[in-house]
Order: sequence, then structure tokens, then C-alpha cells
Amino acid sequence: MSKNNIVSHLKQKKISEVLSTGKRMDGRAFGEFRELTIKRNVLYKSEGSAEVWLGKTHIMVGVKVGTGTPFEDTPNEGVLMTNAEFTPIANAAWEPGPPKEDSIELARVVDRGLRSAEVLNTSELNIISGKLVNIVFVDLYVLNYDGNLIDACSAGAIAALMGAKKPVYNVVEKEAKPTGEKVPLTVRKKPVAISVIKIGDNFILDPTADEEDVMDARLTITFEENGGICTIQKSGSDGLTVDEIKKCINMAQEKAPQIRAKAIGD
Amino acid sequence: MSKKPIAKKTTARKPAGRPRKPKVDSWKRADGRAFDELRTLKIESGVLPNADGSAYIEMGRNKILAGVFGPREMHPKHNAKPNEAVLRCRYHMAPFSVDPRRSPAPSRRDQEISMVMRSALEPAVFLERYPRASIDVYIEVLEADGGTRCASINAAAVALVDAGIPMRDLVAACAVGKIEDKLILDLGDYEDKKGQSDMPVAYMPKLGKVTLLQMDGEMTPEEAESALNLAIEGCKKVYEVQREALKKKYGIDQPQDKPQDLPPAEPEEEPKKEEES
Repeated sequence: MSKNNIVSHLKQKKISEVLSTGKRMDGRAFGEFRELTIKRNVLYKSEGSAEVWLGKTHIMVGVKVGTGTPFEDTPNEGVLMTNAEFTPIANAAWEPGPPKEDSIELARVVDRGLRSAEVLNTSELNIISGKLVNIVFVDLYVLNYDGNLIDACSAGAIAALMGAKKPVYNVVEKEAKPTGEKVPLTVRKKPVAISVIKIGDNFILDPTADEEDVMDARLTITFEENGGICTIQKSGSDGLTVDEIKKCINMAQEKAPQIRAKAIGD
Repeated sequence: MSKKPIAKKTTARKPAGRPRKPKVDSWKRADGRAFDELRTLKIESGVLPNADGSAYIEMGRNKILAGVFGPREMHPKHNAKPNEAVLRCRYHMAPFSVDPRRSPAPSRRDQEISMVMRSALEPAVFLERYPRASIDVYIEVLEADGGTRCASINAAAVALVDAGIPMRDLVAACAVGKIEDKLILDLGDYEDKKGQSDMPVAYMPKLGKVTLLQMDGEMTPEEAESALNLAIEGCKKVYEVQREALKKKYGIDQPQDKPQDLPPAEPEEEPKKEEES
């Protein structure tokens, strides 16, 4: 959200004017993504990682596998946790400090996508029932902000998890010792999030920071490989009619396979 | 305000041990409801003497209080917007509202719900009428029973009207879920935890706009569409209860007492405080 409303109004006018001619400020079509590049396993000390560039948006995703006690109601299941960090180097308006609602939303939407698609087999992360399980941390680190963080991060998270490995433990008399060996994590599904932005009466994909700044509403839909939806999140200060929602779902559904192919990186 | 306690002990008893598996084959659920039936819904407006507007809602066993303060001076001032009021929402759950006890500190979930509530309510409020001001909506969940964000939005919308804040429409919310491949309206706690997916929706019935839409779980795009339509039907039912709550507060529930030649009063535009300044 913009801090400075006056500039935002001027920007909004310009962006809407250009959109009404069927184009965008950077010359893209409404449904066109900027160039998406994902490099996997770029960090040595993390169990899995991915570096994502989406236009000028730049994100580092790190996966760390630690251990901890399981939740009381799921004693035999490991835990997947997603966290997002808006670093102050990424945007002039971002300051150090506790997470703001935008970064919480980003983490929660990506997290819910991974969880509700049951990407990881959590029972495979069990070490000693009720006592010790693997906890997989997915940290989304925004290095440069130019819009559409949710889509970039969700693709990056899948890429990082697919390359991630977990340590193998030897359990002797209720004591777990790492063997030093590592095996790849099983990634069962590959959900990707696609956000559709509404500006005036126009719907666009992959917004830049400026476009996000003046958006009326956003609908993020996470798709699995089989075309099923696993997460929806609406945000922004305007409502959407049922027809508009259908349109958003169709736009996103068309795009999802392309973005997934990039994330899987054949 | 009457001296009677706000929260009455509901007669519905908590199922012992593990919740019973909902029987959906006969289209009846664990609590005997039909697939498109809401839980018992009670809304009362004007329950907090110190708030500018307030509402209490019981949606199933959810017990939630909403208080609205404002429009009032924004504090801290640098958060104010020069062209419109800022709507601020704070969703908070009491430590005793869930089992086991939760920490009173706001969690990530609380902050996300506060944010989606704000964007659910914002489109309904004429914020541009109050530049530089803040309108604060505080939600306290006293007892949680699944679907607290929807119940909170329902209470908050009524509380905003009760505060005399001009609004385009009420905002009504309810959730749709999927259990054993069947869509059901207004999930209770046991259904929420057992179900395959959950879709909370908020809707402005007069304007026909969806202002909150989230979904978790697994659905095909076609299922998502019918779930959305079912949720909107539920929201329309909630809307009627909200209207009744406001009519009751402002003593316009007996239309026969009114002179026949006057136009019917519009509860959404309660004029008492609107032109105060």
C-alpha cells in the first residue's frame, strides 16, 4: 500500500489511462508475466534454496530442516513452517522491525498453499513419535521489491523444496543421532499461486510495484497440477462480483501450468 | 444497558471426547442441520456503553463482541490519510476462548484476519467523508467455535452502523466447506477441522460484491464456483438477521405503529450522529 496518496492518485490516473488502451506501462499484455528465472540450490549451508527473479523482483528462498517436538494433536507428524522477511534493502519504504501485515499475508498465503496441497508427507518427517520430528522452515527473503511477491515466492518455495534434503537419523534407545547422510524431501504436489489484480475494470497478471500500488483488489488463487484449487485469498480495498471472480479464476488457471514448469525447471 | 450477562450459557453441549463424525450421507450433519442451514444466529446491537457503536453476535457457539470507536482523531497522526478516513481493525481472541489456552499476544493468524476484515469492511464505508480521521473496529472473541472471522465481520458491520457511520451497504459473511465431497454452509468447529476445504466469504447484498474471499483445502474450479454461490445465499440470510438486530435497537420492528404515509426507515443510514459536526 502506498504511503503517499497524492502521488498514488496521479499514478492511478496514468496507469488506468494506459490500461484503457489495452496496454500496460511496460508494454506487456494483460495476461503476460515478466521474465521469470529460478535457480535452484544456490546456497551451500541451507538444505534447499532457490533464487527467483521476476522482472526486477528478486527473492531468495531458503529451506532449513531442524528438529523439534511435534504438536500435541499430531504426535507422529513433522512440521512445515513458512516465514517471509521484507528486508530493508528491498524497498525504500520498508524499515527494520517486527513483520508488518503485508509480509504476514505473503507468508500465510504461501504457507496455506503448501499445507493445503499437502506438499510434504509430514509423517515421513517423524523421528521419535511424540518426542522428536523434523521441522522444515521455508524462509522467503525479499531482496528487491517490484510487485507480485506472492507468485514469485510460491514458485520459489516449490523449487527450493524440490531440491531440499533432510538429514537421516539413527534411533537407538530413544536417542536420535544424525548419521550424516541426507536424503531428498518428497515433494508430492507442486502448487503455484497466481495473482490477478483489478485496476478499474481491467484485470492483469504479474503486477509491478506501481500497478500493485494503485490496485483496487487482488485475487490470489493457488492451483495444483490437476487444475484443482487449494488456496484463494482476496485482498485490496474493493469488492468483486461473482462474474469478476470467475474471470480471475480462468485467467489464473490458464497461466498456472507455465509458471509451474518454470518452478520445476526441466 | 441491561444488567443481564452478555454471554448466556448455550444449551448445546460440547460433544465428549473426539467429535462425532458428521453424517453427510443423509444430508444431515452432526448437529442435525441441512447442508444449506446456518447455525443459530443471534445479533444484538448497542451492547457496549462506552463504544460509539457495538454489537454482540452468537453464531453457533461463537461469542464475539465488536466495538467501534470513531470517526475520531488519528493517533499517531502520521498514519492519517489526507483524503479519507483510515479504517483500523483489530481481531483478538481471549485466552480462554479456545482449548488449550492461547497466549493473548497477537499471532500471525490474528494479524492476517485483522487485515482481511479491514478489506472486507472498507468497501462498505464512506471513508472519504472523514479525512484525517480513524475509525477503529475492535473485535474480542470470547468463545470460538469455527468461522470466527465471518462472525466477527457480521458483528463489526452491525457495530459500524450502530456507530452512525454512513455506509453503502451492510457486509454479511459466512463460510462454505467441503466434507466427503459435499458442500455445506456455515461450518462448525468440528466440521472445520475434519473437512476437506473451507471458504469464508463476505458479501455486500445490495451492491452484489464479494469483499472477502479465502479458501483452503482442495476444490475444483467448478466446486469453487458453486461454493461461492452457496456462501452468498448464506450471506443473504445473515443479512436479514443483521437488519433485524438494527431495527430492534432503533425501535422500528413494529411497522404498524408508524404512520402509513411515511417511507419505511432505512436502518443502514442511521442519521443520529451523522451530521453532528
